[in-house]
Amino acid sequence: MEVAPIQDSKSAGRTTILEMRGISQIFPAVKALDGVNISLYPGEVTALIGENGAGKSTLVKILTGIYVPSEGEILIDGQPVSFTSAQDAVDAGVTAIHQETVLFDELSVAENIFLGHAPRTRFGLIDWKTMNARASDLLHALESEIDPTIRLKDLSIAQRHLVAIARALSVEARIVIMDEPTAALSRKEIDDLFRIVEGLKRQGKAILFISHKFDEVYEIAENFAVFRDGRAVGHGRLADTPQDTIVRMMVGRDVENIFPKVEVKIGETVLSVENYCHPTEYRDISFDLKRGEILGVYGLVGAGRSEICQSLFGVTRPSSGQLVLEGETLSIRSPRDAIAAGIVYVPEERGRHGLALPMPIFQNMSLPSLARTSRSGFLKAANELALARKYAERLDLRAAALSVPVGTLSGGNQQKVVIGKWLATLPKVIILDEPTKGIDIGSKAAVHGFISELAAEGLSIIMVSSELPEILGVSDRVLVMREGLSAGIFERSQLSAETLVRAATGNA
Amino acid sequence: MSDNRDMTAETRTRSAIPDRLGTPMSRLLGSWEVLLFGVAVAIFIANSLASPYFLNAWNLSDATFNFTEKAMIAFAMAMLIIVGEIDLSVAAIIALASTAMGAAAQMGIGAPGLVAVGVSVGLVCGAINGTLVSVLKLPSIVVTIGTMSLFRGISYITLGDQAYGKYPADFAYFGQGYVFWVFSFEFVLFIVLAIIFGIVLHATNFGRQVFVIGNNEFAARFSGIPVERIKFKLFLLTGLMSGIAAVCLTSRLGSTRPSIAQGWELEIVTMVVLGGVSILGGAGTIAGVVIAAFVMGLVTFGLGLLNVPGIVMSIFVGLLLIITIALPIVVRRIKFMSTK
Repeated sequence: MEVAPIQDSKSAGRTTILEMRGISQIFPAVKALDGVNISLYPGEVTALIGENGAGKSTLVKILTGIYVPSEGEILIDGQPVSFTSAQDAVDAGVTAIHQETVLFDELSVAENIFLGHAPRTRFGLIDWKTMNARASDLLHALESEIDPTIRLKDLSIAQRHLVAIARALSVEARIVIMDEPTAALSRKEIDDLFRIVEGLKRQGKAILFISHKFDEVYEIAENFAVFRDGRAVGHGRLADTPQDTIVRMMVGRDVENIFPKVEVKIGETVLSVENYCHPTEYRDISFDLKRGEILGVYGLVGAGRSEICQSLFGVTRPSSGQLVLEGETLSIRSPRDAIAAGIVYVPEERGRHGLALPMPIFQNMSLPSLARTSRSGFLKAANELALARKYAERLDLRAAALSVPVGTLSGGNQQKVVIGKWLATLPKVIILDEPTKGIDIGSKAAVHGFISELAAEGLSIIMVSSELPEILGVSDRVLVMREGLSAGIFERSQLSAETLVRAATGNA
Repeated sequence: MSDNRDMTAETRTRSAIPDRLGTPMSRLLGSWEVLLFGVAVAIFIANSLASPYFLNAWNLSDATFNFTEKAMIAFAMAMLIIVGEIDLSVAAIIALASTAMGAAAQMGIGAPGLVAVGVSVGLVCGAINGTLVSVLKLPSIVVTIGTMSLFRGISYITLGDQAYGKYPADFAYFGQGYVFWVFSFEFVLFIVLAIIFGIVLHATNFGRQVFVIGNNEFAARFSGIPVERIKFKLFLLTGLMSGIAAVCLTSRLGSTRPSIAQGWELEIVTMVVLGGVSILGGAGTIAGVVIAAFVMGLVTFGLGLLNVPGIVMSIFVGLLLIITIALPIVVRRIKFMSTK
């Protein structure tokens, strides 16, 4: 399954504007980038492709001077440069259009565009006339007729986006980074944006275009670079490269051997979700969950995975749809209802949503089970400690004592406390949202083993994950979501990385 | 830094995790409550040395009136602050409840009826605060500053510069009666309420949920705790305690003016914070509040015996509030610096 990087013979002799050589970015716990090379050419768009967590954002932060790389060098026009601040990057001619640029509602369009680098008069005051004229020129270049003197709050979302682009282009930039610029745009606005990109190409600017969407990449870019787990795993000309090859580069690794799947006897249907809809986050989601089954939920960030799970748990309410648990139609209006019905949720943000960090381990563990550990409303510490000890042992929790605050534990042990707290409620369905996020590799396998064990005991599990190996290794079936819709439910026999990525990114 | 400590703690006990660390005695020593108790003893000794009239059972009994009414409200306020809210309208509730009782007394209603009126007004005011905070989700500091003006304003409109004074004779028991020897009705009520509140906060599911909400409201909601309902109950409880305090105070004074209990909200908050309740929510004990009540009562009584004027006492209360909020933060900084 390993794909050899495609050597691009044609690029060898071409002049680059920007070249990054052997860039590594090492954080205390992880190596976010590992010896990455990438080149940008004048008048051409290079698409940067990779899964969540492949290292794309880290690269953008290095290029815009937010991070200083641990190793490697950056060359502009063949000259080594080093960025120690965002201003260095701007001075070197690098500008970025982010997914969400911070703009100020109460300021005028021109002020937003020139914030921080407004033209000045002889006396050091802002030269409004020049500023408005230059803002107007910039907007004209973007084929827009927005009046630079009006307040930003009076503009539409698409117009604001244009202002953000104008802001990025208001500095003398030869290298333009576009970080998922189409994420919030409609098709028509995307077409407008691409016209702007064509214009930038004609001006000889080099563009780094980051996107999940293959159709857009093929439409606008000449070159591509694929990142996986912090490494550059391939690059080349898009014209010579079929989509399948790129998908394989994105996911290419031996997934079968990482998490041994435990075969579990799958029983009758426990939970049926029918036509669940939400006004903004997802539409028309239906699936069944059987006893002992692990249903993976895969999709890109923002596809509506966590949102549907939070609706099942009663945090948000669906606008329509039906939920049947063991033959009984339920209306779940709060987490309290869900817990009572036997549906529990292990949230993605443990510290924020899962735990009271200053409180002891045993009090966190017993929290949703207080009705059982107490007697007529009065706490029974002995029962709480017994319950906590039982799940601490089962989950192999490492702690100095059950009375120490949860906040003193490591991330992996905190996760065990959250899982333990929910198992103690003896649920029927457990929803795990990114169960191994922020956990080191060693503990991940333990968590996966434990999830399989739970399934073997007859618990039904929904596992949301952005990590393909995890989804492929653990799930019996996988629901793929894309832009709030179901992009298909795949049986284990049909599962492959390519199938899932294709469904999630929407290129069939 | 904390990671290292964490690692050694985690590796030290591989097999069985003990329930608790240390002995009950070692946990008790070094707690805020023990420190505060030491302060109380010191003030007691200082007072008895400073004034020959201090060490007298009846004088000490009189001293308790300095804090019993405030402390009743402070118990409920402690729970409210632990849950992450605050009620600054408590003194205004006393004024309104007292005014209502005065009006009822003018109409010839007897002592049991007056108690019912005072308590009901407290409950209604608490319900108003609770509804604004837990249903409309408004910040409690703003809501209760508003209702503080509102409740006392109604009292001023009703009374003007008049005062109600014709309370029935048997109504005097609540503020002036003695249950046994030097133990006043108020003092006995204070002790009984301290025990009840201590049990509710520290030994029931309800109390546990109060702590969890104060530490992490999100996690509380995600754990199925009815956050809004609990907050409403606590505002209701604070209103009820303000109503009961109004009965005691009105009975003790035997008259009602609209300026009754003016400024008490700050003394009550000071008492709660001095008692070791975190102003940020999530931590505190009723025992601490009880000791803090004694400390404040002993100090004001001692200063009174030394003929220190009232305005100096208010300066003292202000300083106490600032010092008790600053002290834990300063101590933590010093500890942090010395570990570096």
